[in-house]
Amino acid sequence: MKKNLTYMDSVHRDGTIWNLSVMGILMVFPLVVGLLFGTAPDWKGLAMGLLATAPMYWAVGIVETITYVPMLGAGGSYLSFVTGNITNLKLPCALGALEQAGVKANSEEGEVISTIAIAISSIVTTVIIIVGVLLIAPLEPVLQSPVLAPAFAQILPALFGGLGVAFVSKNWKISVAPVVLMLVLFIFVPALNAGTVSIMVPVSILFTLAVSRVMYKKGLL
Amino acid sequence: MDFSVNSPILFVLVGLIILAVLGQSVFFLVKALRRAKELGMDQKKLRHTMRSAAMFTVAPAVAIVISVMTLSKDLGLPLPWLRLSVVGSMSYETIAATNAESAMGLVFGQVTSLTAQQYVTIAWVMTLSIMVGIWLVPVLAKRLQSGMDLMEKRDKKWGDTFQNALFIGMISAFLGYVFCDFSTIFVGDTSGLIPVCVMAVSALLMVLTALGMKVTGWKWLSEYALPISLLGGMAAAIPITAWLG
Repeated sequence: MKKNLTYMDSVHRDGTIWNLSVMGILMVFPLVVGLLFGTAPDWKGLAMGLLATAPMYWAVGIVETITYVPMLGAGGSYLSFVTGNITNLKLPCALGALEQAGVKANSEEGEVISTIAIAISSIVTTVIIIVGVLLIAPLEPVLQSPVLAPAFAQILPALFGGLGVAFVSKNWKISVAPVVLMLVLFIFVPALNAGTVSIMVPVSILFTLAVSRVMYKKGLL
Repeated sequence: MDFSVNSPILFVLVGLIILAVLGQSVFFLVKALRRAKELGMDQKKLRHTMRSAAMFTVAPAVAIVISVMTLSKDLGLPLPWLRLSVVGSMSYETIAATNAESAMGLVFGQVTSLTAQQYVTIAWVMTLSIMVGIWLVPVLAKRLQSGMDLMEKRDKKWGDTFQNALFIGMISAFLGYVFCDFSTIFVGDTSGLIPVCVMAVSALLMVLTALGMKVTGWKWLSEYALPISLLGGMAAAIPITAWLG
């Protein structure tokens, strides 16, 4: 007898099929290039390159998965972890869409809105990159001009300024402690910078959850 | 076949992979839109969501194109095009490429040509290093969501607070990051104030847009609020950098 799947079950089933398929396809690229040009990797270089890169990325990947999946929703997670650029694009895009639509992230409407926003964002990004690749010769001097460079260097502050106002104003009680802690840490600990912000995201989330729980238990929320 | 980092066959291979990934986005978009219809969600709201998401994406996507251009100086166009369209981000891919090149005695940013073997090695390092999320989401997503649902059923108010705390925790970390060079003002260098001022302009634009909506009753403005604050903040970065940089 055919089992009736819920929408969420079908999202998980389809997402699993898509993600594992894309993973396979991605592996095919270096394999096929090697076959086409008749070469194997430089095994020593591969081992040393992986040793220098993979442990950190794998650890970050595990933490990011646990941290971001509850925020992105199921469909949004399957898509975001394939199309990448999560913190600088997909997650803010999903948060903005949820905020604008006035739906809760943990509702089915929230799941749908988040998936739509991330899918549209992924499609638009892919198309813009294709256009950029096709028109690289005329675009390069414009996009890499010193005049525009400061604008593209400040995307994250420009992004989180607006997003911060929208979310902090609605949740100011639970925002005070984590915002103050992060400001103090980032200002006074020199090791914290653009390279370490992804490590601080889970730290900040855990701290916010702990503070929120205490405030909730004390009836302050 | 002679190897070149910009060999036409590499463009074809990358194009096919990106087409498959585009297929996944379209698949999930259609699936979510169908579900929205079943749930009786307001179609106008969905159209707003799509328009707003598209507008919001343009500037960060252009920044990704710039990253492709930067990486292409060492790796040619196809590999950065692939890596930044699928899974990657500028910081991840630059570190992976730098480590892979350095492992073979090359210096990132100073590579004039690559052999096929070096290219394949770099491609493997970049691919294998960043694969965790793709397979871990299928392993963990359902369990994580079940946990969230259970929490919601036990205590709805705490479930909502938990969700908001996740968002606030993430946003707090990035607000902190904006201040990471702030201490430079103690030694007379004002460049650390640039991101702070840009964030302030973006926040101010968000507040003004919300006020504008309240005063005029133009609800359609909400669709543009985030893109306005993002683009306004980026535009403001140009004179602010000239002033403080």
